Amino acid sequence: MKRLVPPLVLLGPALTWLGLFLVLPLALILVYSFFQRGAFGQIVPQLTLANYSRLFNPTVLKVFLNSLRIASLVTGLALLLGYPTAYFITHQPSRWKNTLLVLVILPFWTSYLIRTYAWIVLLNREGVLSRLLIAVGLSKEPISFLYNDTAIFIGLLYGYLPFMVLPLYSAIERLNPELREAAFDLGATPLKTFLQVTLPLTIRGVVTGAIFVFVPSLGNFFVPELLGGGQRFMIGNMINNQFLKARDWPYGSAMAFGVMAIVLMLLLFQAWVTRRTEEG
Amino acid sequence: MNGSKILLALMMLIVISLAACSGAASQPTSPSSPSSAETQAPPSESESGTKGKIVISNWDAYMPADLLEKFTAETGIQVELALHATNEEIVGKLVASKGQGFDVVFMTGQFADAMAKMGLLSEIDYAKLPNSANLFEEVKRIPFTRYAVPYTWGTTGLCYRSDLVDYDPDSWYDLLRPKPELAGKITMLSTDRWLLLPAQKALGFSANTTDEGEMQQVKELLIEAKKTLLAYDDTTFYSKLVAGEAVLVEAWDGWCNYGIAENADIRFVIPKEGSDLWVDTMVIPEPSKNKEAAYAFIDYVLRPEIGTWVAENILYKVPSRAVMGQLSTDLLNSFPNLTISPQELLKQEVLQDIGEAQNLYSSVVAEVLASGQ
Repeated sequence: MKRLVPPLVLLGPALTWLGLFLVLPLALILVYSFFQRGAFGQIVPQLTLANYSRLFNPTVLKVFLNSLRIASLVTGLALLLGYPTAYFITHQPSRWKNTLLVLVILPFWTSYLIRTYAWIVLLNREGVLSRLLIAVGLSKEPISFLYNDTAIFIGLLYGYLPFMVLPLYSAIERLNPELREAAFDLGATPLKTFLQVTLPLTIRGVVTGAIFVFVPSLGNFFVPELLGGGQRFMIGNMINNQFLKARDWPYGSAMAFGVMAIVLMLLLFQAWVTRRTEEG
Repeated sequence: MNGSKILLALMMLIVISLAACSGAASQPTSPSSPSSAETQAPPSESESGTKGKIVISNWDAYMPADLLEKFTAETGIQVELALHATNEEIVGKLVASKGQGFDVVFMTGQFADAMAKMGLLSEIDYAKLPNSANLFEEVKRIPFTRYAVPYTWGTTGLCYRSDLVDYDPDSWYDLLRPKPELAGKITMLSTDRWLLLPAQKALGFSANTTDEGEMQQVKELLIEAKKTLLAYDDTTFYSKLVAGEAVLVEAWDGWCNYGIAENADIRFVIPKEGSDLWVDTMVIPEPSKNKEAAYAFIDYVLRPEIGTWVAENILYKVPSRAVMGQLSTDLLNSFPNLTISPQELLKQEVLQDIGEAQNLYSSVVAEVLASGQ
């Protein structure tokens, strides 16, 4: 019994925090998702599965698929940009490494929401980019880069790229450089070395980074609202609407659990990859 | 840097970004102009305790910053101020607590309507509000004023740049089926009821319709209209107008004034098919234990000098004869929609809570917003 005390003391605060502010609210949302909305937006404790069956209407499915598509694309782009960045940073002298990593984290010192408004200033019709293009003669008319899918991609990619770079950096840093040298010595081309040695050995960083980017992209609602002009509807907007505008908390809760089911599957996949690479 | 350091950095990153996300969740949709915010209860007065204490909730900066201090100095009643960003937020709180915890709450009429139907509001005894004699008779005819004391009121219409639109728009169809030169330079409001309003009115339906066939037509018209839209926007549409990104937008009258304040070429018009009438109100939740003090507070807010501050600073119409009669000609000339008469406003339709039909409204809104992608 005596030996149990230190771990409890160490973990106690965090466990209490998680229990009160994560597990308990989630349990509430789960319970709500089986209740009904009263005529005036109150939650009526009568059990029903209707909230879940309403998830299978074509509009909701379309929004889910569209959100999955956007989140996948953002993740793919983040990987393409993030891998070379992380690789580059790991190969700098150590005094530069820390500086570069701080630079990667630096944007987080300002609220994501504020930074999204900054993109509006850059991309709108009368914005910085549009004026610049006119000034250098590349365009005669003001151009708006906002209110379309591309603007949403830019906003999400910009916001979540650091989540990709950091786990990749950590994975590449841990890689034993001698393995690469061995591959070269045995006559592998740089491409082959990358594909057969470096990439497989850093795959856990890739999967972790991908999940860190995919999950928040899937649930984001203010980037589509601000940069997408509210015209592109993602699942996060839909959940947000149910809670804040339609006051249909039970339906919103069911949607949230739909998203969580997807996220859970991804985490299981990550665990599977981790186990496989540990075995291999 | 070793692995554990990276992990630490990563966790800090996640914590920071989660904090940023939660900040975004409470995105301000306060109806007030950006001005100094009164966020704290006033300092205690010596006579505290004798007259009790009330808790009120209001939008940020939606009343004079020194109101609470002066009220306490005069009446000895302590006031604690809570803030809400949206009607939905405060209604959620009140429903969850069965109305407990607040003595006076500011909210928009149709929400007060729903709260009253849930039995959470105390009926207003206007005899206890001597200053309510200042209110226009017309506004007291609105049914929900039995439970909610009017604070400000107005309507929704077209707000446009008269220098960039070479005719005078006067119909919801100017917004929904714009002339080719205006396509892509139009915004509509994104909150459900106002997103639906232009199509409901253009088609000659009630803004409170619950008829599925009518809502089907509304949906089709809105999906069509989305193709010529720049954005759905509840919060920055007047800035888009000022910047020239948009030239014609659906706007609340008071918010159009924020655009006019920056560009005098901006005009407001109520479309000929009619529009809505919104009323922001003060309500007393039924469980309030200090109703006398709540009445004293509401009566204080109904004083003409408070209403005048609202008209001059928030640029909203106040349903009070004593206020509207004494506004300066300069102000009225600069913001002509302040002169819309009570009779004209009452021709518009009062938004009511639609109860069970919310499912229908939600699915129409979702289909419109998800269309074309």
